[in-house]
Amino acid sequence: MKPLQELSFPEELRYVESHEWVRVENGVARIGITDYAQDQLGDVVFVELPAAGKTLARGAAFGSVESVKAVSELYMPLSGRVVEANPALDSSPELVNRSPYGEGWMIRVEPSDPAELAGLLSAAEYRERLKG
Amino acid sequence: MNPLQAATGLVFEEPLLWERGRNGRTGFSMPRRDVEETPLPQELSVEPPDLPELSEVDLVRHYVRLSQWNVAVDTAMYPLGSCTMKYNPKTNERQAALPGFALAHPLLPESLCQGALELIAALECLLAEITGLDAVTLQPGAGAQGELAGMLIFHAYHRRRGRVRSKILVPDTAHGTNPASAALCGYTAVPVASGGRGILEPQAVAALMDEQTAGIMLTNPNTLGLFEEHVAEIARIVHEKGGLVYGDGANMNAVLGRVDMGRIGVDVLHLNLHKTFSTPHGGGGPGAGPLCVKRELEPFLPVPRVVHREGRFAWSEDFPLSIGKLQAFWGNFGVLVRAYSYILSMGAANLEQASRLAVLNANYLRVGLREHYAPAHDRPCMHECVFSDARQRPLGVTTLDIAKRLMDYGFHPPTVYFPLVVPGALMIEPTETESKEMLDLFLAAMAAIAREAREDPERLRTAPTRCLRRRLDEVAAARKPTLTGRPPSAP
Amino acid sequence: MRYLPHTPEEIAGMLARVGVDDLERLFDVIPPECRRTRPMVLPEARSEWELDRHMEALAGRVTPFRGARIFLGAGSYPHFIPEAVRFVTQRSEFVTAYTPYQPEMSQGTLQAIFEYQTLAARLLGLEVANASMYDGASALAEALLMAVRLTGRRAVALSRAVHPFYRRVVDTYLEPAGIARRELAFGPAGTTDPAGLGDADNLAAVAIQSPNVFGCLEPLDAFAERAHAAGALAVATFTEPLAFGLFAGPGKLGADIACGEGQSLGIPPSFGGPGLGMFAARLAHVRQMPGRLVGETRDLEGRRGFVLTLSTREQHIRREKATSNICTNNSLCALTAAAYLACLGKSGLRELARLNRDKAEYLKRGLAGRGVRLPFSAPTFNEFTALFPPAFRETHRRLAERGIVAGFPLERWYPELEDHYLLCATEVHERADLDALIAEVHA
Repeated sequence: MKPLQELSFPEELRYVESHEWVRVENGVARIGITDYAQDQLGDVVFVELPAAGKTLARGAAFGSVESVKAVSELYMPLSGRVVEANPALDSSPELVNRSPYGEGWMIRVEPSDPAELAGLLSAAEYRERLKG
Repeated sequence: MNPLQAATGLVFEEPLLWERGRNGRTGFSMPRRDVEETPLPQELSVEPPDLPELSEVDLVRHYVRLSQWNVAVDTAMYPLGSCTMKYNPKTNERQAALPGFALAHPLLPESLCQGALELIAALECLLAEITGLDAVTLQPGAGAQGELAGMLIFHAYHRRRGRVRSKILVPDTAHGTNPASAALCGYTAVPVASGGRGILEPQAVAALMDEQTAGIMLTNPNTLGLFEEHVAEIARIVHEKGGLVYGDGANMNAVLGRVDMGRIGVDVLHLNLHKTFSTPHGGGGPGAGPLCVKRELEPFLPVPRVVHREGRFAWSEDFPLSIGKLQAFWGNFGVLVRAYSYILSMGAANLEQASRLAVLNANYLRVGLREHYAPAHDRPCMHECVFSDARQRPLGVTTLDIAKRLMDYGFHPPTVYFPLVVPGALMIEPTETESKEMLDLFLAAMAAIAREAREDPERLRTAPTRCLRRRLDEVAAARKPTLTGRPPSAP
Repeated sequence: MRYLPHTPEEIAGMLARVGVDDLERLFDVIPPECRRTRPMVLPEARSEWELDRHMEALAGRVTPFRGARIFLGAGSYPHFIPEAVRFVTQRSEFVTAYTPYQPEMSQGTLQAIFEYQTLAARLLGLEVANASMYDGASALAEALLMAVRLTGRRAVALSRAVHPFYRRVVDTYLEPAGIARRELAFGPAGTTDPAGLGDADNLAAVAIQSPNVFGCLEPLDAFAERAHAAGALAVATFTEPLAFGLFAGPGKLGADIACGEGQSLGIPPSFGGPGLGMFAARLAHVRQMPGRLVGETRDLEGRRGFVLTLSTREQHIRREKATSNICTNNSLCALTAAAYLACLGKSGLRELARLNRDKAEYLKRGLAGRGVRLPFSAPTFNEFTALFPPAFRETHRRLAERGIVAGFPLERWYPELEDHYLLCATEVHERADLDALIAEVHA
């Protein structure tokens, strides 16, 4: 596992303490797990994601990510309706390790309460929480 | 003393069954056809499944070679914590193979199977005496099925009293089977953190125990190898709120003849015959997980039960409160024969001595290892001791590396990364059947590995090098699972 | 005691190293209120010789099928076990190892189980089989729980012609979880009527046994079609897998899960256990499968090897959310089944299966010639139901006194089937045995 200073947390993203990130593009939120989370898990071997159309509240489990010997639940950083799950992760779960903020994204969500965005952490705040 | 137990020798490669086979061979002596063929309706006739065809020679060589790729109790020390890999006596195998046992049909009329029924009844009595509980079922096929039976009894008991409960307390040191078994009964497992001394504190239990909670599942000694000293007090707390106490007897080997499970407040307890009672583990099973209960819970035991009346043994289904059945027939009878044979061979004095020596061996390893490895709890243990890689991690060496390197020395590794409460755990259970010189060799190997971790950590990270295979890629196996082979006829 | 290697000198030396002066002091941590108030009272330790005599006496009071006069099936089948199969599966290295957690030291068990998974999947006509369950009945219960997870529905339907012990185990597993069970009646042919399924829209699974408890082949394909149309899974159970050497395996008939007892495949009946819970399913459902799985992979040097895989389904990782609580399984029995199937081979399996059917058909004809009725018209494999005149009850009892068991009285499980007996004949029954039984029947 890498020391904190070697992990990356892009400034333009927003974070939650359960180690998911959010990027809002044209009103749709793209969601994945952070560099820290993928590093802790180790080699990701399977990602279970919800079907498009499912509506989930903030904090609800939307899926899970598995390494060889661990399973972690994934939690919604925002409430909303799932519009797409990353189809590439089905056959290439390693994208989560290789590119957690890029090709390894997990779901796209139509937020139902844009006000929730304000409650998310900045990169600096998230990094601070990890130190604590 | 040279701790290198493993020698290099000639090891044979061996292909898969269907790579070895050739169509047209057979390994089977077909019984004579002494009746005419009855034509088969056309619509039912299909091509048989694609099985490989081998001669008897092929078959024997295939499996003998495969067997040589295993390390087993009969080849080396196998200190897998919580699994009690003790020696499996050979006489037990003989008894289980007697035609009257091995070739007995389960639905024989009672008059034709009195000996088998008597053995079941006798083993139930022996296990009741050994545990201090009142009634026993031998039906569960393994420990986890015993746990399920136990949870079903909790469920049935509470329902009978008109109070269905929804939660169960499970310590954070418990085996994964505990919460999984409880979940099958719809119980939510509520974790109880063990205290700083590695055992449960009564206050922690009191804070969680309420009238929605069916009871607690306890492993005693626990998976840190420590005796739950407050068990009687904890049982009192649970009973006061109307709950029941489940004992996971996986670690019974430490306390034979010493602890009265009934007296400490355990209401239901399962035993693993393939641990404490010496039946072989079979590369993963079969085992047997008898369940022992207090008199009050006897009506809930699975059916049928063997009863003795008018001088003969009989099956009885006449237990209206029974939880039902767990297996099609009566349990893993072949395993029961072996355990019965073991208990008769040992007698009370030797069983007690076995526990003493199991605990002595574990403490001997604990004292010998603490110079090199970080103990999870540096105090006397029962039948197993738990260390971690805390001292090796800064050197870039993990528990996995230590375990893999131990193979090169000719030892099966201990249980690793369990219990979960100890990061990088190495859980070591030598059992009573390992001699002092074997323990000394194990200590010397572990000391050598600790030295290598400092001087040549790369050697550990690339271990093992002396097994049939180097480290196997488990990530690739899980990402793109290949769970069956190609048919022999495929190119 | 020969299993305890410590000499008194060694014990003294080890105690000194540990820092206590007496073995009893090792138990100081056990509080007085936890201790036994009296020592265990067990029979005195027996020498090996004495043990043999005692065990032989007990075993001598059981009638084994070796005499071939036991015409019982009903979930446990007498078959000839080749010595080569018995021999290789008794190898110490298989028998005294445990679950292959450390693959580099367990390649023997791992490859053998991979081979078993492959042969079991082929026999059952499905894509993937697990490393084993306890027995056929618990495998069926686990299959229904799997269907509940896959569909999110909380009711299942089972044919009444599923072995009653299996249905009882299903009840035991499913009842506390609040999963409803519906029974499907069997008809005059001895099979379950697909039309009786009715509305299946709320069902997670439809479970059918074939050959069923009366020995009859069920119209599995019709059930699979109906189940699939309603969004339910078709679960096929079985007690006699040798039948799939002759008749189509359940997967070929549309079953999504095939689960049942594999004792027939080289495993002695042992008074009912250990047997082999076989469990196969579609690859698409593998992540909801219970039990261990072995997968193929490569080692650091690129050589083929095998590991336990998809372990995140299991209790030691997912704990209360696991697909099953199973840990110890029946691995050695799975290895035995694979060795047995390989010993037979494709054509041997077919020939043996044919011989089984032919023996049973011979017995059928012989009994019918004596006026015994064959109430069910559906095709059968190596067991069948026969309706005897009421006087046969006495004959059955009298024969039992001579160690001959002329079938299982179905009335015990189905009160409406008065005087119906389930008879089984396999390759172990010679023609003379069958003739002798036929001669006893006076209709």
